[in-house]
Amino acid sequence: MKYTEGSEIHDTKAPAGPIEERWEKRKFSAKLVNPANKRKLTVIVVGTGLAGGSAAATLGELGYNVKSFCYQDTPRRAHSIAAQGGINAAKNYRGDGDSIYRLFYDTVKGGDFRARESNVYRLAQVSVNIIDQAVAQGVPFAREYGGLLDTRSFGGAQVSRTFYARGQTGQQLLLGAYQALERQIAAGTVTMHTRHEMLDVIVADGRARGVIVRDMVTGEIERHLADAVVLATGGYGNVFFLSTNAKGCNTTAIWRAHERGAYFANPCYTQIHPTCIPVSGEYQSKLTLMSESLRNDGRVWVPLRKNDTRAPGDIPDDERDYYLERIYPAFGNLVPRDIASRAAKNVCDEGRGVGPGGLGVYLDFRDAINRLGRDAVEKKYGNLFEMYERITGENPYDVPMRIYPAVHYTMGGLWVDYDLQSTIPGLFVIGEANFSDHGANRLGASALMQGLADGYFVLPTTIGDYLAAGPFGDVDDAAIAEAEVKVRNKIDRLLSVNGTRTPDSFHRELGKLMWDYCGMERTEESLRKALERIPELREEFWQNVKVTGTAEELNQVLERAGRVADFFDLAELMCLDALIRTESCGGHFRAESQDADGEALRDDEHFAHVSAWEFSPSGEPVLHKEPLEYEYVKMTQRSYK
Amino acid sequence: MNLTLRVWRQSGPSDDGRMVTYKVEDVSPDMSFLEMLDVLNERLILEGDDPIAFDHDCREGICGMCGMVINGVAHGEQRATTTCQLHMRHFEDGATITIEPWRAAPFPVVKDLVVDRSAFDRIIQAGGFVSVPAGSAPDAHSVPVRKEDADAAFDAATCIGCGACVAACPNGSASLFTAAKITHLSLLPQGQPERLSRAKAMVDQMDAEGFGGCTNTGECTAVCPKGIPLETIARMNSDYLKANAK
Repeated sequence: MKYTEGSEIHDTKAPAGPIEERWEKRKFSAKLVNPANKRKLTVIVVGTGLAGGSAAATLGELGYNVKSFCYQDTPRRAHSIAAQGGINAAKNYRGDGDSIYRLFYDTVKGGDFRARESNVYRLAQVSVNIIDQAVAQGVPFAREYGGLLDTRSFGGAQVSRTFYARGQTGQQLLLGAYQALERQIAAGTVTMHTRHEMLDVIVADGRARGVIVRDMVTGEIERHLADAVVLATGGYGNVFFLSTNAKGCNTTAIWRAHERGAYFANPCYTQIHPTCIPVSGEYQSKLTLMSESLRNDGRVWVPLRKNDTRAPGDIPDDERDYYLERIYPAFGNLVPRDIASRAAKNVCDEGRGVGPGGLGVYLDFRDAINRLGRDAVEKKYGNLFEMYERITGENPYDVPMRIYPAVHYTMGGLWVDYDLQSTIPGLFVIGEANFSDHGANRLGASALMQGLADGYFVLPTTIGDYLAAGPFGDVDDAAIAEAEVKVRNKIDRLLSVNGTRTPDSFHRELGKLMWDYCGMERTEESLRKALERIPELREEFWQNVKVTGTAEELNQVLERAGRVADFFDLAELMCLDALIRTESCGGHFRAESQDADGEALRDDEHFAHVSAWEFSPSGEPVLHKEPLEYEYVKMTQRSYK
Repeated sequence: MNLTLRVWRQSGPSDDGRMVTYKVEDVSPDMSFLEMLDVLNERLILEGDDPIAFDHDCREGICGMCGMVINGVAHGEQRATTTCQLHMRHFEDGATITIEPWRAAPFPVVKDLVVDRSAFDRIIQAGGFVSVPAGSAPDAHSVPVRKEDADAAFDAATCIGCGACVAACPNGSASLFTAAKITHLSLLPQGQPERLSRAKAMVDQMDAEGFGGCTNTGECTAVCPKGIPLETIARMNSDYLKANAK
């Protein structure tokens, strides 16, 4: 795949000056919209997860007219609900040396120095308010006996700054945002459109002015206009088919915005989560994550000997390799996700993996049960143990869990500036859908933090600065009609192929290709193979996919086919991005770039930048580099040893 | 495993539905119930038939989107389990399995096994929240909460809004869903100021949506995938009575 290089990006709109004052400065310089004018302004928010739900609720409460969209039957189903472990905040309630600066530092370092300092510092600042907000809403976080909030430690951190609600923190935070959203719906400030899928952005006179959506029940193609559009549509990990994402998570909204001019940043940054339940068979539809918090008490090991087929209980301690504790004594089982994932892959590649196909390692609670008692372990992790048993049929109190890395979160996404605005004026992107704060690797318990920071606190301020120049008047009819025709044509084309393969069969094949060639470990050779194979498979898709039914009804085959089509285009860009970035960083491990110990080797000289891709209809995307500067955290080789 | 499925097919809300029989072969005991349906649907597509429409999303038992009545029981016979977490190892080889949508007047069928549960959202809109504007909350430690209260509130807050309680109730009551939210918020200090008005508004909305009354049958808790207890309904009734006495 060919590409050209375009101009560098230098202005990200982050204010200058001391890092701790930048967000205050931006807030003060942002223009305000007076309450009477807010009523005349309409904002569309697509997606109702932590980012979209909290943003729609807050914008509604501020007095804007908000139109909210989600593809599920109710906003409460968004996949943020499945996050288990927790949410970080620099409260220092434990007095263990935490601070805003330390959370900022850990996050920049954990992201392998590929995130922006200004954004991350703001995230750490705002984290404190998120906990206050959630508690006030009635989110039932875990408490100490004295009535104060409990915290726990999480992968990649040595302080206890993670607030949690048993193993269902995402659920409780999402329900908080959902309830705030429903409150605004009742108040009439937010209009909710469930079972609607966004299929295009309307760009008129250089501004995002609306969306084309499909009513997934009637099939009707609708146009919705606004003064600004916010995308909060989550990540694209389902490009791998098997991932921890919900089945419906897809890339369509951000991909089609990309086609309209929004840059796509760092598409190859995929986070692989180390503690998922291994794949059991060819029919499998998704993977289930076991919370990283399990590594607080569970010990990870494999047999010392290759191909050791003894039952785990029959393997004596001196024939076990607690490899994380051995290689990384300072962090042990709590090393960050990319490190733990790669270490698991390495021991499995050596032939020491356990379970079917040797693609698994043990996560063992024997010692925790002996030390704390079964009851205490059950109190902490009971629901996770139950979930594991349901899926595998094995009881983790008696035999160790088997885990293996899986695709979890995408750090890439649409490029945004400090105001969370994309390269299309008026198109804002928040949460996992943007690329911003995590760099090349996301630490545990920081996705919930970013989603809510963006939705409750950052966007509501920065979007006001944009909207202060509005309302923007009537939208050009030709622009609306063009977007609508484009959407209809794509649907008609999918329905007219009438081939012999299902959309899912293509998706599975694409996903396998991406996992094998652009997954945890990549080489120039594997990426070139993928770039050869993806266009062939896409061609076959458009010649041979079979979509049953019609466009004018609830048609789940059509929905899937449209998403798979977009995954093909995205997959190609991911592989190109990975091919060019000839360094290892975060979850992105290039076999050609490693140090003498086999650890990931970053190349700061050539790659300390964001890769922001501009779409080109000719098929030759344009690469814009945004140099990353580190004034506060010195770029060093990450070491957890 | 080889199975015979009897599945409710209905092309739209105003169409007559009917049971259709399908044979599925080579089902692995490790498959989830939804994966078994995926396999059948892949075949139906290739045969040019309309695949069976069903709601699902997270497939981790937490989003609450999936839901079907399996052999007469909401989410199937395995206790405290959503349909997506139900695995085929719990069925006998050669079994016949009957699959139907949630049936309740306030949950109209959209297509096949997909129903419209937006009535639940309207119950939440009536008052299932704490009125807090973003950006002005006091420090989280300023209001201590007894651990026992926080834990009990959490237990009620785990309701996933799947609607199995309604599907199982002979009266089509939404009491367990509504009571779970009322209980969650009424056990926390943050929920006190609106406690009684919330209970009244939510119960009244539940009635307005056409859900039936509660007669303490207990079928709801028997099928609840999150084990929400019947006591929550007592708590709701108590708050509702107090609200009306004022």
